[in-house]
Amino acid sequence: MIDPELRELYQEIILDHGRHPRHFGQLEGANREADGHNPLCGDKVRVYLRVDNDDKIEDVMFDGRGCAISIASASMMTELLTGKNVSEGKALMDAFLSMVKGEDACFEGVDEDDLDQLQAMSGVSEFPMRVKCATLAWHTFAAAADGTQEATTE
Amino acid sequence: MAGVPGMLDKKLATDVSVFDVEQIRKDFPILSTEVYGRPLVYLDNAASAQKPKAVLDAVQNAYENEYANVHRGLHYLSSTATLAYEGARTKVRRFLNARNDEEIIFTSGGTDALNLVASSFGGSIIEPGDEIILSIMEHHSNIVPWDYLRQRNGAVLKWAPISDDGEFLLDEFEKLLSDKTKIVAVTHMSNALGTITPVAEIVRLAHNKGAAVVVDGCQGAVHLPVDVQALDCDFYVVTGHKLYGPSGIGALYGKAEHLRKLPPYRGGGEMIREVTTEGVTYADPPNRFEAGTPPIVQAIGLGAAVDYIESIGRENVHQHEAQLLQYATGKLVGLNSLRIFGKAPGKGAIISFEIEGTHAHDISTIMDRSGVAVRAGHHCAQPLMDRFGVASTARASFGLYNTLQEVDVLVESVKEAVEFFR
Repeated sequence: MIDPELRELYQEIILDHGRHPRHFGQLEGANREADGHNPLCGDKVRVYLRVDNDDKIEDVMFDGRGCAISIASASMMTELLTGKNVSEGKALMDAFLSMVKGEDACFEGVDEDDLDQLQAMSGVSEFPMRVKCATLAWHTFAAAADGTQEATTE
Repeated sequence: MAGVPGMLDKKLATDVSVFDVEQIRKDFPILSTEVYGRPLVYLDNAASAQKPKAVLDAVQNAYENEYANVHRGLHYLSSTATLAYEGARTKVRRFLNARNDEEIIFTSGGTDALNLVASSFGGSIIEPGDEIILSIMEHHSNIVPWDYLRQRNGAVLKWAPISDDGEFLLDEFEKLLSDKTKIVAVTHMSNALGTITPVAEIVRLAHNKGAAVVVDGCQGAVHLPVDVQALDCDFYVVTGHKLYGPSGIGALYGKAEHLRKLPPYRGGGEMIREVTTEGVTYADPPNRFEAGTPPIVQAIGLGAAVDYIESIGRENVHQHEAQLLQYATGKLVGLNSLRIFGKAPGKGAIISFEIEGTHAHDISTIMDRSGVAVRAGHHCAQPLMDRFGVASTARASFGLYNTLQEVDVLVESVKEAVEFFR
């Protein structure tokens, strides 16, 4: 029997992004990228960014392998980041990380549609073992933005 | 609904009733745990096994009544604790059928034991260009310590292949052996596939070339009767926590002829003969390899664990688990989208599988909510995962207390996961 918390975790939107990830593949003309790695499970993700001179994220893509949660999180992240400034992207990341860890998240200034997307992932907070699946892509985005090239969930 | 004996698939369940499993389950307090309101179905035994009351009591008793440091004081409690600790060594020696107690070294676990052999034995014999043969299905703990010898001593690592069914290919292994082969390090039973390797034949072939054989028995010793003299291996490694004993304890068997010649692994108290301002001389085995206060109570707990297993009988355990494996395999192969990794004849009670298009983590999360504990991941065997071209699998691993009814719950939960992610 699939219990309500599982339904909350694997919402339709997450299953959909997991099965059909958006912005999946290599980004031509990327000027920043980083690899993310979850040593616990061997999952890998690479995030590609094209950032203009004003630090605006013109385009973002990812590839790699992972579970439904990590792929969906990466896919939804690419939708959220496109067109934002790096600093806005990081503010979203902070809100996201707090939310999935079950901490008080600050969503001030977050666009309402973006907030809906982010909150689809909130069910992860009930599954502490899966938090790293959800956060890998975001950490990798931050590494790419900062030019550090590698991120792990450790 | 699974869990009802009458619902058992009669075609598959050939009940050999080697022992009363319901009676055995009462020995393990944790098995009555409920998770998310469901009875726990613990099928992660290859990662770590649960503990019988006999072990819990032995640990409690050691702390309450027999605790002091060992091999040091002359007082009553020190003597009692030392007798209990050394008594545990004798039990492990008998369990593996080693010749002498001095051949049994207590370690903090299987990893520690393998590091000890690689460091003390490998470190003293490996010259640049010497070869070490590992199987492709080794656990990282039987890879990384040897990789240190590649980095530090210039060893060359060679990988013995397996078939698509996960069988160890003895012929291919034989071709890898050369005059440069100094060490062969193989698992007795694969933690990811369940494959049982032909250790006696491996040893015979390796010895013909003058190579020593290190056997990782962390799984093997749990599921098979082990006789290190019959196997004739040079080293054999066990870990306590998979043997229904405490964590933090393992043992290394080494032939006395090797151990007597080996340099120490770590320095400290207990492992010395004499320390002066001019220098240090070392104790004989096994103390030479047990620097510092050892895991005293954990060793005593391990002694209780092997007593417990012996009281049931390892042949009986093996038969019971073989029955579980046969029943579970029979039910799981019927699921279309499921692929089982490891079909070696006579394999141990481990089923590694993937569901097409679904990640093992997602499967495991769904199964967990049915109370079913399985491992999802690379099982610390990434070269093996690469061999099969997968990142991870889900793994159900059985122990002596698992039941056919639990297999039914497992299968139902797998079906549920298949359905959910369809």
